[in-house]
Amino acid sequence: MSLALPRPAEGPRRRIDLSLPLFAGFALFLCGLVILPMFWLAVFAFTDAKGAPTLANFATLFSDPDLLDPLFVTLTISSATGVICCLVAAPMGWLVARTDMPARRTVRALVTASFVTPPFLGAVAWEILAAPNSGILNQVYRDLFDLSGDDVLVDIYTQAGLIFVIACYTFPYVFVLVANALERIPGDLEDASAILGAPTVQTALRITIPLAMPAILAGVLVAFLQAMTLFGSPAILAMPAGFHTLTTKIWMLFQFPPKPGLAAAASVPLLVVTIVLLRAQGWILGRRGYTVVGGKTGTPRRIALGAWKAPALLFCLAVLCAPVFLPYAALAKTAFSQTPYGPLTWSALTLDQVRAAFAYSGTQLALKNTFLLCVMAATLGTVLALVISYLAARQAIWGHRALGFLATAPVAVPGIVLGVALFLAYTRPPLVLYGTLWILLLAYLTLQLPSAYQQLRAAFHGIHPELEEASRILGATRLQALAHVTAPLLRSGLIATWCFIFIGTMRELSAAIMLFSADTKVLSTVIYDLNEGGDLGQIAVLGITMLVITFSVVGLANRLPGLGPLRS
Amino acid sequence: MLEYTVRRLAFAGLALLAAAVPGHAEPPAPSAVTPALIDAATKEAKVVWYTSTELRAAERVAKAFEAKYPGITVQVERSGAERNFQRIAQEFGSGLKVADVIDSSDASHFIVWKRQGWLAPYLPEDVAKLWPADQRDPDGMFATWRSTFCPMGYNTKLVKPEDAPKSFADLLDPKWSGKIVKAHPGYSGTILTATFEIVRDIGWPFFEKLAKQRVMQTQSATDPPKKLAAGERAVMSDGSEYVLLTLKDEGNPVEPIYPSEGTPFITGPSGISALAPHPNAARLYQSFLFSLEAQQLIVDAGAMRSLHPQVKERQDRKPLKDIKAMKDDPQAVETQVEAIKKKYTQYFHT
Repeated sequence: MSLALPRPAEGPRRRIDLSLPLFAGFALFLCGLVILPMFWLAVFAFTDAKGAPTLANFATLFSDPDLLDPLFVTLTISSATGVICCLVAAPMGWLVARTDMPARRTVRALVTASFVTPPFLGAVAWEILAAPNSGILNQVYRDLFDLSGDDVLVDIYTQAGLIFVIACYTFPYVFVLVANALERIPGDLEDASAILGAPTVQTALRITIPLAMPAILAGVLVAFLQAMTLFGSPAILAMPAGFHTLTTKIWMLFQFPPKPGLAAAASVPLLVVTIVLLRAQGWILGRRGYTVVGGKTGTPRRIALGAWKAPALLFCLAVLCAPVFLPYAALAKTAFSQTPYGPLTWSALTLDQVRAAFAYSGTQLALKNTFLLCVMAATLGTVLALVISYLAARQAIWGHRALGFLATAPVAVPGIVLGVALFLAYTRPPLVLYGTLWILLLAYLTLQLPSAYQQLRAAFHGIHPELEEASRILGATRLQALAHVTAPLLRSGLIATWCFIFIGTMRELSAAIMLFSADTKVLSTVIYDLNEGGDLGQIAVLGITMLVITFSVVGLANRLPGLGPLRS
Repeated sequence: MLEYTVRRLAFAGLALLAAAVPGHAEPPAPSAVTPALIDAATKEAKVVWYTSTELRAAERVAKAFEAKYPGITVQVERSGAERNFQRIAQEFGSGLKVADVIDSSDASHFIVWKRQGWLAPYLPEDVAKLWPADQRDPDGMFATWRSTFCPMGYNTKLVKPEDAPKSFADLLDPKWSGKIVKAHPGYSGTILTATFEIVRDIGWPFFEKLAKQRVMQTQSATDPPKKLAAGERAVMSDGSEYVLLTLKDEGNPVEPIYPSEGTPFITGPSGISALAPHPNAARLYQSFLFSLEAQQLIVDAGAMRSLHPQVKERQDRKPLKDIKAMKDDPQAVETQVEAIKKKYTQYFHT
């Protein structure tokens, strides 16, 4: 007597499985999205004006102090930013995700507010606050202590000032990654530790922090890379301070007379640093398993802070002064008074700036374009990142490693360089996209992909394949398992990713500034142009408008019925 | 060769590789504003104006046009002249039809654009009749619609009039170290032109020494007067006169200084794009810019200088003829752009 076991080759019930061609399609799209601009970068970096291969650009890059200095400045700034962000954001993430600190939702919302703030807008606000002479903080300081005009409390036009401002608007990356990861860590591991007699601190050190390590490292990495490729804040603060970062230098190289070859070469060191860091991350995390969500998990438990509640909250609020309270107070004052400086009195209040900002013919158009692009980029980007991270995490198709690398690679390419690369790639048939919103959409997708991918990948690493496997054994295709099992489990991660991209697109400046034209302007380029002429009042109005839009949309995304509570 | 072709395609305008000179045997006949033109322009309903005029001044001109010709809206695209220059090259290189009327505070741009064939000939009646010959193109491609100075200036709350610097040379006094703001020739057409004129008349050593004065560097020429008004710096070594005077009108503690060596004179021509998507509205707008009405507006409300002989200068302003002007020379600027920017970066490190 023999048992009729199904033969392995036959597998579960057959259905038409569109997964593979669809996955292949996504993979190909990703290749096109990333490789095409990279190809043009390489061409420009390694050829001369006549198209002959050359290393002259690199020779210039590594011998000209005008180019070497910015390289070192950039590395200093991004290292400092990475460290500061980690020190500030990881504890905050833990407090919000795993303790009973009061006002957790408020703190989270305020971190989102700093994330929503475009770095260049934050830089403008900090100029209003901390310019050495006219800055509000310095004026108050001199008035309080009756000091002379030469005494300065803070000077934002310095390297330290720039690091500070960059960290203000980069730390949310670390915070969100850490907080989300901590929320996914099941209570049973910590319970086990507690039952075995470990005090709270030891549990945190031995269980919680190691489990959150992938997210912390990913956060620091993203912070470092964001700071390295950032253009907005340096564009506003570095020039008055009298130095260049690599991105502002690259921007200069594109001004007349343009030196695209040199600019492309200048972005190669950034690419190399990124690859090294990504490899290091893989090496550190490589051999350990971090699966924290299985089919049999317990609910996370909050740690009682007791007497530490108030200091914890104070710490969070103090941190949030820098990216949110002070800058937005300065912007609000600027938006509703004649001049950003001087004392705030009733008679100085005015709606002139608001009127001027909305009377400006470009504003309405930019609002419409920005909103459209943000929604499209967020939706397409989330789907793309979901599929790519699924393929990479589950090793579903051949070449999944390359996919993961491709999805992360754009993080090393400064937006400005990508802007030019896209410009070169899409100004010729068959894809003439310059002058349309499509080229901006492609730029946003490419730029947002790395953080979206990192985020969803971290989420995937936390979900054990056993649930999907169960679903597939019961006859579901890969696509169905992804849609019905994995995606719902990733729900909070998906919404977060969507919001990430929406916000990231809203605050993107560097590629947009290369790719926009009269009919395809966006809010960030309008603000940048306003800043160039020193129109602070209108910048403040538009900046606050941006914040309101983003908050409404993000709030909505988190409350939509379809995306709401988990279906059982 | 592929790379070469692409480079050419993408940066054709900037690299000036395709030096096609469109031949116009004779200048176009002067054009008056006719009802037919107004009708055609109204049908197009829109005109896109690329300008480097300070935003509020530009908006005033645009609003005046919209009030005079209801049904046509002006879309103002304001940015620094050098930025616009780069953007226009990018857009023309790709055959993008977006700009209608273009102005620049760097007159040498028009030499380039004309050579590229990117301008459409159009000669407003007022220009033909009233404009000095050296301030309009013989082929009717452009004419100077606005001009201004690039003076020095100071904050009257921070500096007493008798202590204020009187000349460029005065700025090199150590007492001004850390107190000076200036704009950048890499972004601002006004500053590029001014830098050229100062270098020509008093030489590079001035800038070499100025760079050691811990100068605060901004991008647009419209920004130093604003930094001055805010009290962020006490003295500006360059910046747009019309922005400074407008700020003064509004009660800000700022005062221009016309240096004893001479004050750089900045001309801002205007022309029509050969690819204008709204060609009739563009002609109407170009005519409007040179009309007595608009010219008086930029003098009264915009604090600029006009070449229209019937325009009345304001009593409270130092008249054009009393200011020792450094002569503008777009032809020469055009040949030296790269050298000026390179040398400047070498001294100022930005």
